Amino acid sequence: MRAHHPLVQLTLARFREFFRQPETVFWVFAFPILLAVALGIAFRNRPPDRVRVAIQAGAGADSLAARLAGAQALRVEVLDSAIAAARLRTGRVALVIVPGEPVVYRFDSTRTESHVARLVADDEVQRAYGRRDPRAVREEKITEKGARYIDFLLPGLLGMNLMGTGLWGVGFAVVNMRVRKLLKRLVASPMRHSHFLVSFALARLATVALEVTFLIGAGMLIFGVPFRGSVVAFAVVALAGALAFSGLGLLIASRTQTEEGVNGLMNLVMMPMWILSGTFFSAANFPDVMQPFIKVLPLTALNDALRAVMLDGTGLAALAFPLVVLVAWMVATFTVALKIFRWL
Amino acid sequence: MGGSAIICRGLVKRYKDVVAVAGLDLEVRSGECFGLLGPNGAGKTTTVEILEGLIAPDEGEVEVLGMRWASDDHAIRERIGVQLQETKLADKLTVEEIVTLFRSFYRRGHAVDEVLDIVQLGEKRKTWVSRLSGGQRQRLAIACALVSDPDILFLDEPTTGLDPQSRRQLWDVVAAFRARGGTILLTTHYMDEAERLCDRVAVVDHGKTIAFGTPKELIASLGAEHVIEFALQEGQAPPEDAALLALPGVHEVRANAGRTTLTVEELHRSLPAVIAELERRGLGMTELSTHHATLEDLFLHLTGRHLRDE
Ligand SMILES: Nc1ncnc2c1ncn2[C@@H]1O[C@H](COP(=O)(O)OP(=O)(O)OP(=O)(O)O)[C@@H](O)[C@H]1O
Ligand SMILES: [Mg+2]
Repeated sequence: MRAHHPLVQLTLARFREFFRQPETVFWVFAFPILLAVALGIAFRNRPPDRVRVAIQAGAGADSLAARLAGAQALRVEVLDSAIAAARLRTGRVALVIVPGEPVVYRFDSTRTESHVARLVADDEVQRAYGRRDPRAVREEKITEKGARYIDFLLPGLLGMNLMGTGLWGVGFAVVNMRVRKLLKRLVASPMRHSHFLVSFALARLATVALEVTFLIGAGMLIFGVPFRGSVVAFAVVALAGALAFSGLGLLIASRTQTEEGVNGLMNLVMMPMWILSGTFFSAANFPDVMQPFIKVLPLTALNDALRAVMLDGTGLAALAFPLVVLVAWMVATFTVALKIFRWL
Repeated sequence: MGGSAIICRGLVKRYKDVVAVAGLDLEVRSGECFGLLGPNGAGKTTTVEILEGLIAPDEGEVEVLGMRWASDDHAIRERIGVQLQETKLADKLTVEEIVTLFRSFYRRGHAVDEVLDIVQLGEKRKTWVSRLSGGQRQRLAIACALVSDPDILFLDEPTTGLDPQSRRQLWDVVAAFRARGGTILLTTHYMDEAERLCDRVAVVDHGKTIAFGTPKELIASLGAEHVIEFALQEGQAPPEDAALLALPGVHEVRANAGRTTLTVEELHRSLPAVIAELERRGLGMTELSTHHATLEDLFLHLTGRHLRDE
């Protein structure tokens, strides 16, 4: 194509405007890495905390405490009954043991931590009073790459990033041009409307390649995140995602007349997906009735597919469902956006 | 080339509670510079944008270069150059990048360097739009309109808000385009601009043409070419209109905010008579000025209002 073809020039203009905006470069490239570092530190893998357990002061308390002192998994202290009760209520101890016959375990049955404390404490108590296990057991501990939080997080951050740049890069840019009457000025020239719209998609393709390479590269170098699938499959998924979100951005921008308006709409669209689509934690945490709805959100489809390729090495054939979801979003949003788009 | 570049008849455009254009006829000849002159809200921009095919009129017909909007859009756009009243071009692109972008939309036209020379932005070619002055931005907007070497150039208030030097630079660009045979339709509320650039002018008010002709003809229609303005000392009332009209060569008398304005045929006959009359009545002047009648005086004559609220 000639260098002076309008499509080339329009795409170049989009690309230049994108990269000449220091904020953009920060949000697209630096922010996800900073977020990954912060979350990586907060949720780093480490030995489980020792469970805090209180023994209520009274007959037999001190001897029980002495017997439990050697238990690796527990941190035991003897407390007056009032103080012990207060700490249990505020969650500063997970379990209160009242010595006597029988031994009483007092805990909040809705707290996972307390259940663990009860099991561990009971194990130690029974053993301290002479229980012998009938079978020998051996433990094998693993910390496998690909099963850590950071490994889960990174593809999600990439998905979130593709959503953000797709919506902002297209939606905000279009509305900004409408507000500035630049859109009107372009319409007054013989520019083909299709060239204008396609230039956004083309500019996105170029930026997506950079975003993906940068984020995944940084993830592999800094955190040793594995990449088990094929590069081609990954590129196809990322591209489908980027185009689906470009379409959504265009749709949001198609009739919006103000920058505040488009800001509001974008947040309205993005916020639920940040939470529901399994970016920071698995979408499986939501109730079953919500799952069909969550599964067809574009960010869920994108995150699931990116994770499957990266962490499990899944091939394209097995990704039919998320790919169909993404392509459906892309086709639907572009079609409707073109129908209702306001040039002036 | 002769004939008409733009013809429109019976143009009407209504918005919810205003009639922006109320039955407007216009004919712009090939090769002339035509001015639409009028106060804020007169309907100038609406009219121009209808002619540019950006707004659909509610009623009326438009013909541009012998073609019609809706059937020949692309062909018309190839041959017109447009500067809108309030476009803000992309901040983060350079002058050269923007002109190159606009050039790419047209089949024929100037080289980018050529057009930058025409508007004298050659030195700024690598500068971002956000770092241009107001006058430079306006010249860039005109470069984008000129880059296709159009047959018709539409300029909507090209010099509003510019300093005198920038205005003159723009006038030179327009005059050069006109000298090479281009047709121009421009809107303005500056009289001097219209008188200096335009071959013919339509004065527009409330969406209608209220006067039409060459600037000379329009001023001549006042019947008098000069204007005398005076103000009297505190508390003194000017002579009644009839007394002033009785003086030699005085055509029209208007009192406005403590000032009295007389339209007169010949200054050398009327001025001494006015001074003598005021002296005879023992009235003292605090100010006296005279000027050639302008389109501003015409507008005042036609509507009783000033074109611009100072
Ligand atoms: N999109 C619109 N919606 C509603 N009213 C409008 C719209 N555009 C223009 N008008 C009204 O139509 C009238 C004519 O507006 P127009 O912009 O054509 O005036 P103008 O002569 O260009 O004024 P100015 O010198 O201030 O640019 C004004 O009263 C304006 O408020
Ligand atoms: Mg206007």
